[in-house]
Amino acid sequence: MLENEKLIELYRIMQTIRKVEQKIEDEYKYDEIKTPIHLSIGQEAVSAGVCIHLKKEDYIFGTHRSHAQYIAKGGDIKKMIAELYLRKTGCSSGRGGSMHLIDTEVGILGSTAIVGGNIPLGTGTALATKLQNNDRVTAVFFGDGAVDEGTFHESLNFASLKKLPVIYICENNAYAINSHQSNRHKANNIYKWADGYDMPGYQIDGNDVLQVSEFAQKAISRGRNGEGPTLIECITYRWKGHIGTVNDVGEGFRPQAEYDYWVSKCPIKWYRDYLKGIYILDDKIDKSINEEIDQIITDSFEFAKNSPKPTPEDLFDFVYVN
Amino acid sequence: MPWTTIEVERQDNFLIKDDAEVSRVISYKDAIYEALDQSMSRDSRVFIMGEGVDDPGGVFGTTKGLNEKYGRDRVFDTPIAENSLTGIATGAAIAGLRPVFVHSRMDFLVISLDQLVNHASKWSYMFGGKVNVPLVVRTISARGWGSGAQHSQCVQGMLMNVPGLKIAAPATPYDAKGLLISSIIDNNPVVFVEHRWLYKTMGNVPDSLYSIPFGKGAVRRKGTDVTIVAVSYMVIEALKAAEKLQTENISVEVIDLRTIKPIDEDIIYESLAKTGKLIITDTGSKTGGVASEICALVGEKAFYLLKKPIIRVCCPDVPTPASDILEKAYYQDSETIYKKVIDLMK
Repeated sequence: MLENEKLIELYRIMQTIRKVEQKIEDEYKYDEIKTPIHLSIGQEAVSAGVCIHLKKEDYIFGTHRSHAQYIAKGGDIKKMIAELYLRKTGCSSGRGGSMHLIDTEVGILGSTAIVGGNIPLGTGTALATKLQNNDRVTAVFFGDGAVDEGTFHESLNFASLKKLPVIYICENNAYAINSHQSNRHKANNIYKWADGYDMPGYQIDGNDVLQVSEFAQKAISRGRNGEGPTLIECITYRWKGHIGTVNDVGEGFRPQAEYDYWVSKCPIKWYRDYLKGIYILDDKIDKSINEEIDQIITDSFEFAKNSPKPTPEDLFDFVYVN
Repeated sequence: MPWTTIEVERQDNFLIKDDAEVSRVISYKDAIYEALDQSMSRDSRVFIMGEGVDDPGGVFGTTKGLNEKYGRDRVFDTPIAENSLTGIATGAAIAGLRPVFVHSRMDFLVISLDQLVNHASKWSYMFGGKVNVPLVVRTISARGWGSGAQHSQCVQGMLMNVPGLKIAAPATPYDAKGLLISSIIDNNPVVFVEHRWLYKTMGNVPDSLYSIPFGKGAVRRKGTDVTIVAVSYMVIEALKAAEKLQTENISVEVIDLRTIKPIDEDIIYESLAKTGKLIITDTGSKTGGVASEICALVGEKAFYLLKKPIIRVCCPDVPTPASDILEKAYYQDSETIYKKVIDLMK
């Protein structure tokens, strides 16, 4: 069981992710965020539950849907919002946009817009860690769609062979764009691939932040102790459409009943009620946490909107490094 | 027995002549070995991975014994998963190491284009230069002995189209060593193009650790009538053609580009200012390749220097055939170059 401080921290992280993304959603209509966005609303527990156990110097790699991991790992929110506004002050200097977030200060080494593309990269940083003899762990986040790619299988095989300190976090939200997992996989058992690669694999409730935290903690210490990789399949659900702020429920993409069920399983609402039930959170603390988050959001959007845009002369910067 | 042995044994030990004062003549193969050995000895961040890099053959001798010298952690065999292994090497590079990933056939590199093109080449730019990818991908091409369409390709031209990548294609032992060292110390991803038919080529190679700048070509033979810009193994064929043309009183200047991304443009224009006639020869396919790019550059920037249309001596746009008869029709050599020069001088 986590100490009270960490229990509150999990709530604070999830609530930050939710509120930042809701603000992005609100602002998107003004067309100043000129980059494709992929929201994680509904999936906050996965990033929070994993990253709470990572050290600052541990590495993570994300996907096109990476806001949640970036925030959970402690990425600079001002720089993330500035990146969404494609400003010079953005975490990727306006070269990446929402799908390519980085903050090397806290081990966020980038996110890819190619499905499954980050899995080898995270396996590679874990290889480096082993060769460099340090105790860093890498967490790679990807969706159920990435499991379709060869990189998933090739990387798990290699990581197991070399006993690398990496944890593979599959955020199974059931959809790859609009393609349901049942159209792509014979069975609903991604975690079982781990068996074939001779590593532990678990399928857990990805909306239960305590369960995510428990399994992630185990996997991270396993990696840190040199015992090798772990695959954790977190069952969760994406509230919004694949891209942008669209709500595609009831338009033939997703059934209303399915959506309603998952909204009723909101990871944050459940956890807030839980914390209140065990008297760790009360309205007063909740209010102060939310005020703090609101302030961060206000500051971040203000910073982003007031930051300079790149100039045409900057086009060739960063293609090559010296 | 494939070209890895028979066809290479048939090659003469072509000697690259230069005016170097130091005289220590070694082969292209040994020069690559030496670059790897000295780089690993100098920098503990350097490691080698790839299929068979630690087997008794050691990638045609270029990594032979390095696993014993530097340990299995720094020289190791890999699963046959070229794409992910490229990504794994890229990840290791992002985390501060200097991986050398080896494909014993360039054809296998094509499997890895997602990680090479979408990831390694873009990871620095896409994140505003916050991370570097000091990755070297060694690839070895060759020709002959019925290797066919999937064991003989030279796709370096295709890769010139990828921003963020550098491409070295050494033709001499001196360059093989110096450019491999440069590639390893470079902070960008480099594709290092080797040709198996160069492995027996001999030349002067200092035993010290030295590097060669990217984008700096070399005049391998001075001449005044025709400029031949050559890449990789075709440098040897061009030098042979030039030698023969000398007996016809045709003076050929042979330029070895050494790196094709970036390209040394000035060395081409300077030569063209003398000759006005240009032949470009590359080991890859003709369309959209190295030679095409050089044609475009000359067309854009030095059109006024041309007295005759440019000629490209490359492989035709045909998958490599296995038949020895068709192979002979497919591959370009000193004879083809010789004839093209004669035509050009008419």
